[in-house]
Amino acid sequence: MNDELRELYQDVIIEHSKRPRNFRPLAEPAHRADGFNPLCGDTVTVYVDVNDDVVRDVSFQGHGCAISTASASVMTEMLKGKTREQAEHLFHTFHDLVTGQAPDSDPDRLGKLAVFAGVNEFPARVKCATLCWHTARAAIEGQEEPVSTE
Amino acid sequence: MSAARGQRRSGSEDNVTMRRGENVLSFPSASPAVPATARVFDAARYRADFPILAQSVHGKPLVYLDNAASAQKPRQVIDAVALFDSTDYANIHRGVHSLSQRATAAFEASRDRVQRFLNAADRKEIIFVRGTTEGINLVAQSFARTVLHLGDEIVISALEHHSNIVPWQMVCRERGAVLRVIPMTDDGELILDAYEKLLGPRTRLVSLVHVSNALGTVNPVGEMITRAHAHGIPVLLDGAQAVPHIPVDVQGLDCDFYTFSSHKLYGPSGVGVLYGKAALLDMMPPYQGGGEMISAVTFEKTFYKGLPGKFEAGTPNITGVVGLGAAIDYVDSVGLDPIGAYEHELLQYATEQLQRIPQVRIIGTARDKAAVLSFIIEGIHPHDVGTILDLEGIAVRAGHHCAQPVMQRFAIPATTRASFAFYNTPAEVDALVTGVRKVLEVFA
Repeated sequence: MNDELRELYQDVIIEHSKRPRNFRPLAEPAHRADGFNPLCGDTVTVYVDVNDDVVRDVSFQGHGCAISTASASVMTEMLKGKTREQAEHLFHTFHDLVTGQAPDSDPDRLGKLAVFAGVNEFPARVKCATLCWHTARAAIEGQEEPVSTE
Repeated sequence: MSAARGQRRSGSEDNVTMRRGENVLSFPSASPAVPATARVFDAARYRADFPILAQSVHGKPLVYLDNAASAQKPRQVIDAVALFDSTDYANIHRGVHSLSQRATAAFEASRDRVQRFLNAADRKEIIFVRGTTEGINLVAQSFARTVLHLGDEIVISALEHHSNIVPWQMVCRERGAVLRVIPMTDDGELILDAYEKLLGPRTRLVSLVHVSNALGTVNPVGEMITRAHAHGIPVLLDGAQAVPHIPVDVQGLDCDFYTFSSHKLYGPSGVGVLYGKAALLDMMPPYQGGGEMISAVTFEKTFYKGLPGKFEAGTPNITGVVGLGAAIDYVDSVGLDPIGAYEHELLQYATEQLQRIPQVRIIGTARDKAAVLSFIIEGIHPHDVGTILDLEGIAVRAGHHCAQPVMQRFAIPATTRASFAFYNTPAEVDALVTGVRKVLEVFA
């Protein structure tokens, strides 16, 4: 199979897209935020339960492509148990990784996020990967306005 | 790179010639009887006219199946535009110098060309605009805004592109009018009985897509115009997806307005045409004010020009209009009847081949379709399909195709759309099918 193709559609991504983790709503008082990509119609809702500055639980719902679904699924795994500050740091790490800006190549810091490194070769797909992260950030901050990629 | 390289694809590459009404390739299902005089359509010959097609993308020969979004340009159009810009370009009308007169002659010759292409009764019924979207907005802001009153109605269909929805919502909101929508069946055909019921004393206009960009449905516009006219209601046809595939005769159809874009007809982008019956255009106020559309201006009062100048404020896309004329010449030299017949064969072949893949579901199965194949693959988002096909050199469109209500009707977020032109070949359909199988492999 084409290398570029394999680089983008890594097994972990395919697997998470088919069986997304934490794909469920969270009841109040958890915060929720909605994200929307008007270019492709992808929607995502991210729920976060933040207590004592720590993300106790995080989940998502919505529909989108394999990249966006896998990104949200992996994100929920990564964010759980993180402090607000750590979550914010992860957001920037991920953003830099998929936009190819000074990507952090330390596998320990990237963890599972590393599978999304191939996205930066596909400018048209970067927003698919980042929408859920922008939405999670809004949920953590308690922002009410829906998040749009445009 | 040789012009022929883009065609080199598979074992059937040398055999891209098809006869009208007959499959000269060993297609899986034979077509009905072949007329003895069947004309040979030499797709390979025409394909060589399109320099952009002879390239590789991601190391694979480009397979361009995004023609419904924008068609590619033949050398004849590219050369005509370059020649005009190199020898005759200047601002048109009112110029006393030679270049301005030559540019005006070329520009106005394109108007004559479009008049013949649409079989309009008079050249002044041809208004140059930026594209189909502007054509519709012109009718909405000039015609509809004038005739609509509180409680009046405009009828559109469930198949419309956003450009034939939003301009009407805007003017309806402003005038307190109501937008009514003709429903469609699960096959993507408009329900004519429901249409008939929507036509009433408050209906001021029917605005209808001729060929659906999302599904390929060819609407029975002749019949629909007759029914609207029986109630005295004028009809606008959005012909963006129709003119590249179907000969259009606005007098034969008796439509009141017809609009299309140059870039879907192998011409430059940023230019299009609005046809309107002179009697209607004459009563309509100008759409935009400015130079070119006036006969005399003082600070107290302005006298507008007659048709078509009244609707052509400002310096137009002069080169684009000249390019459109060249594109129409080119399409005429190939012939819309043979083009339509050949594309029909391609569409049928592609439909049959894709239907053999159990995970594929074709969206839009109307009896009368033109050159568009929209489909979904079970469990795989169209954007992933589009990316994987791109890596195979295949350009398709993945998304809602600016027709979100169509997607909502089928309860899907998006489709993958392959759309064909006469320069596409059966070997390219095979490449698409192979690409779709590859998508399934990636997600296996």
